[in-house]
Amino acid sequence: MSIPVSMTVNGKAVSKEVEPRMLLVEFLREQLGLTGTHVGCDTSQCGACVVMIDGTSVKACTALAAQCDGSSVTTIEGLAAADGTLHPMQQAFREHHGLQCGFCTPGMVMSAVDLLQHNPDPSEEEVRDWLEGNICRCTGYHNIVRAVLDAAGKMRGQAQAAE
Amino acid sequence: MAPEGIGARLQRKEDKRFLTGKGRYTDDVNRAGQTFAVVVRSPHPHARIKGIDAAGAEAMPGVLAVLTGAEAKADGLGGLPAGWMIHSRDGSPMNAPVHPILADDKARYVGDPVALVVAETYAQAKDAADALMVDYEELPANVALDKATAADTPKVFDDIADNRCFDWELGDKAATEKAFSEAAHVTTMDIVNNRLIPNAIEPRAALGDYDSGTDVITLYTTSQNPHVARLVISAFVGLAPEHKLHIIAPDVGGGFGSKIYVYNEEVLCAWASKRLKRPVKWTAERTESFLADAHGRDHVTKAELALDQAGKITGLRVHTLANLGGYPSLFSTAVPTYLYATLLSGQYAIPAIYANVEAVYTNTAPVDAYRGAGRPEATYVVERLVETAARETGADPAELRRKNFVREFPYQTPVIMTYDVGDYEASLDAALKLGDYAGFAERRKESEARGKLRGIGFSNYIEACGIAPSAAVGSLGAGVGLWESASIRFNATGNVYVYTGSHSHGQGHETTFAQLVQSWLGIPEDQVEVIHGDTEKTPMGMGTYGSRSLAVGGSAIYRAAEKIIEKGKKIAAHLLEASEGDIEFKDGKFTVAGTDKAKTIQEIAFAAYVPHNFPPGLEPGLEENAFYDPLNFTFPAGCQICEVEVDPDTGVVEIVNFTAVDDFGTVINPMIVEGQVHGGIAQGVGQALLEGCVYDLESGQLVTGSYMDYCMPRADNLPSFRLGFTTTENPSNPLGVKGCGEAGAIAAPAAVMNAVTDAIGADIQMPATPEKIWRALAARGTAHAAE
Repeated sequence: MSIPVSMTVNGKAVSKEVEPRMLLVEFLREQLGLTGTHVGCDTSQCGACVVMIDGTSVKACTALAAQCDGSSVTTIEGLAAADGTLHPMQQAFREHHGLQCGFCTPGMVMSAVDLLQHNPDPSEEEVRDWLEGNICRCTGYHNIVRAVLDAAGKMRGQAQAAE
Repeated sequence: MAPEGIGARLQRKEDKRFLTGKGRYTDDVNRAGQTFAVVVRSPHPHARIKGIDAAGAEAMPGVLAVLTGAEAKADGLGGLPAGWMIHSRDGSPMNAPVHPILADDKARYVGDPVALVVAETYAQAKDAADALMVDYEELPANVALDKATAADTPKVFDDIADNRCFDWELGDKAATEKAFSEAAHVTTMDIVNNRLIPNAIEPRAALGDYDSGTDVITLYTTSQNPHVARLVISAFVGLAPEHKLHIIAPDVGGGFGSKIYVYNEEVLCAWASKRLKRPVKWTAERTESFLADAHGRDHVTKAELALDQAGKITGLRVHTLANLGGYPSLFSTAVPTYLYATLLSGQYAIPAIYANVEAVYTNTAPVDAYRGAGRPEATYVVERLVETAARETGADPAELRRKNFVREFPYQTPVIMTYDVGDYEASLDAALKLGDYAGFAERRKESEARGKLRGIGFSNYIEACGIAPSAAVGSLGAGVGLWESASIRFNATGNVYVYTGSHSHGQGHETTFAQLVQSWLGIPEDQVEVIHGDTEKTPMGMGTYGSRSLAVGGSAIYRAAEKIIEKGKKIAAHLLEASEGDIEFKDGKFTVAGTDKAKTIQEIAFAAYVPHNFPPGLEPGLEENAFYDPLNFTFPAGCQICEVEVDPDTGVVEIVNFTAVDDFGTVINPMIVEGQVHGGIAQGVGQALLEGCVYDLESGQLVTGSYMDYCMPRADNLPSFRLGFTTTENPSNPLGVKGCGEAGAIAAPAAVMNAVTDAIGADIQMPATPEKIWRALAARGTAHAAE
C-alpha cells in the first residue's frame, strides 16, 4: 500500500507515493537522492540526520515521510545560498576545522543553525548543552563549539547591520 | 606573512563537499538494478548450527537469495585470517582459526554472521531475514575474560583446549626478577583496560557490483585500506583474483581502526553480487555496528614497578590477559604483543622489563586495533604505575618522571624499540607551564572551599607510529610489508594529480598532501588533486592506521617529487640548452645555475607532453611513482595534564583543565594536527569516564548495544582543551614528521584516571562512573551521603 505525499524540500515542490512506514530520512535519501542527510544510528541518538521541518530542527529518522505532508523541509543541501555562498554556519565550520570525516557534519550544522534561531548569543556551555543530541566521534567538539560561537557572533553582526 | 605549503593553517579542500551534503559515502552510492542484503546474525553467544530452513524465507516477496555457510563452502570460499603470526614462549605457533564468511558449524558470538538474505528492497530482505529458521543448539558460553583459560570453561573452538591463542613473552625475565628482588620500593597494581566499541559515526557498508562482461567485481566499501581488503579477499578468501577485484573506499565516515579489517559483510556483498549478477548493498544498522564491528582494548593486567632508594626506576613487569573475542581478527594478535609490550619502557630509562601476555578466545565479538592499538594499553600501565609510585613514595609526580626520562638518543629499550629522537623534559616543562601546575595547590584549596574534590594527573606518553619498516615487522611475524606508495602525475597544463596508497577518512590528506606538493614542487595547492581509495587508480598501498599516512605515505610522495624534479631537470636541460648538472630547481622553477635562464615546472610539464623536438632517449611525460619503506618507527611523545573536580555528593567528575603538549616533529598543517589531538583526547576521556562494553556474564548478550546504553562522549561531557607543541625533528624520514592521529587517545586515559584517583584518594578501574566514584568515597567514609 502506498500513500501520496507532497512537501516542499529545499524550496522545490515534490510529490511521491510512499509506503506508510517510510521514514523522512529514507524519503530524502532514497526517493529524492538527497544523500547529505545521514543515518548514524537506529535509536534517534546520533543526530546525523537532523533537518529543518518548517524551520525547526528534527531528527529525520524520527519522522515518517507521511507526517511531513504539506511541510517545508530544508536539508544540508538547501542551506547555502542559491549562488553557492555558504551559510555563515557552514563557513564557520570550515574556518574552525569543525569537521573531520564529515559524516555527522550535516546534522551538526543544521542543529547549530537552529540553536542560533533560539539563542543568538549562546555561551560555550549553552552550545555544548544544545549539541548534546549530535554525536561526533572525530573532533572532540572543541572546534565545533568554536565554530558555533564564531558563527553566532558573525550572524549577530549581520543582523545588526541589516537593522 | 603566514606560511604557505608546509606549516600553513590551510582550510581543508575536502570541507566544501562535506558541508554542502555532497560527500559520497558508501551508502550514498547506488547502482542500476541494485538489491539489498540483510545479515542474519546469531542471537546466541555460542551455539551449534544444526540446520537452516530457508524455504519459508525464500518464498517471501522479492527474495532473491538466502545464502548460508553451506553455499560458501560449496563455492570454495575461505575464511578471514589473522595477519600476524605470534609464537608462544615455548616456541609453538599461535592457535588462530579463520573466521568463516558465514558460520558453518558453530556461531561464536552474538552477532556472528550466519546467513545472508538478498531481496529487491531492504524491507523485503529484512522481513525475510526475520522469517529464516535457524535451528540452534545453544551451548554454554565463555564470556568472562578472567575465567577463559579455566579447565571447566566452555571451549570457543573444540580443538583449543584452554581457549588460548598464545602465551607470549618479551624482555629479560631473570634480569627483571633481580631488579625486583633488589628494589627499595615496589608498586603493584591490578589494571583493567576496559573494552571499547569504536563507533565511527558512519556505520559500515558494502556494495558489490559484478560485471559479467568483464568478470570484474567492483566493491564499494567502508575501508581504511582498500588494497589490503583486495589482497585478503583474493588471496585468502579466494573469491576472485586481484585483477578482477576492484575496491573503492569512497568518503569514509571515520574509522579509528575499526575499518582496517576485512569483514564478512564485504565479502558477502561481493560474492552475492557475483552469484546474482546484480549489485548487492548492505548497510549496517547501528546495532550491528555494536555487535559486529571489531571491539578494542580489553586487557586485564597485573603490573609492577621497581624503584631504588633514589627514586630511579629499575624494573617493570606485567602479566596481561588479552581478550581476542570469538575469532582472531586481522591485526588482533599484533595488538597485545608488538604494539603493546614494546612500548612498556614509556619515556623512561628502565634497565629491565619483562612482559608475559596471554591472549584468549571468548564468546564475544572479535577484538582488534582501536585508535592507539596496544599503545594506549601500554601507556595506561606505565603512567598509572609511575603516578602511583610517586604517591606511594611521596615524590612529586612530575619530578619522579623527570628523574627517569630517557635523555640520550638513539636509545635502545629492553623491549625491541630504538627511540631515535625526543625531548621529554621539554614537553613536560611546557605542559607544567601551560597547565599552571604551580597554581594547582591554590586551585585545590578553592575547590575544597566549595565542597569539591580536586585532583591532578599526568600522562607522559610515547608511541611507535609510522608502522613500519617491512623487514622489522616481517621478522616479528607480520604477514605483509608496511611500505607506502605515491604517484605524481602532471597534466599538460601544469596541474597535478597525487595518488596515494594511504586512505583518508577524516584526517584531511587531500589538504595536507597538497601542501607538501606546493612546498616541494611549487604547484599551488588548489592545482593539486589528491586521489585515494580506489585500487584501479592508485598504486598498491597499505592504507591508513597507526598514524602512518604522513610519515610513510608522505615520504613516498617526497620520493615521487624527487623523481619529478630529476626528470624535469632532464627536460629543462634540453629546453635551456644546458647540461643537466647545471640545472637547479627551486620554487617551481628550473634555472641554469648562475644565469637567469629558467623554465617554470608548468612549462616543463607542457613540453613533456608536447615533445616535438625531444632528442632520442628523452622520454616524454611527467609522471613518477615511488614506494617508500620507512627506516624506523616514529616516536611521537608528549605530556598531558588533566585536572578534575569531583562532586562527593554524586560522584560526578568534571574535567576542569586539560593540557596536552605534543612533539610530533615537523607539523604540516597545525589546524589539522590540533583537530587530531582534540578528537583523540575525547576518545581517551570517553574510555576513562564514560565508555565500556558490557556483556552479560550469564547470557553472553551484549548489554551495551545501542547509544542508549553505550555512553559516547557528547559535547557537554568535555571541556575545551589547551594544546601546545614542542619539536624534535624526526631523523628517520625525509619530512621530519612523526604522526599525530593517536596521541590523544593513547595518553588521555591515564591522565584522567590519575586525576580522578588523586581527587578521591582511592584506586578504581575505568570507566570512572559516578557510581564507582561514589562507592569508593563511601568506602573511605568521605562521600557526603555516607557521613
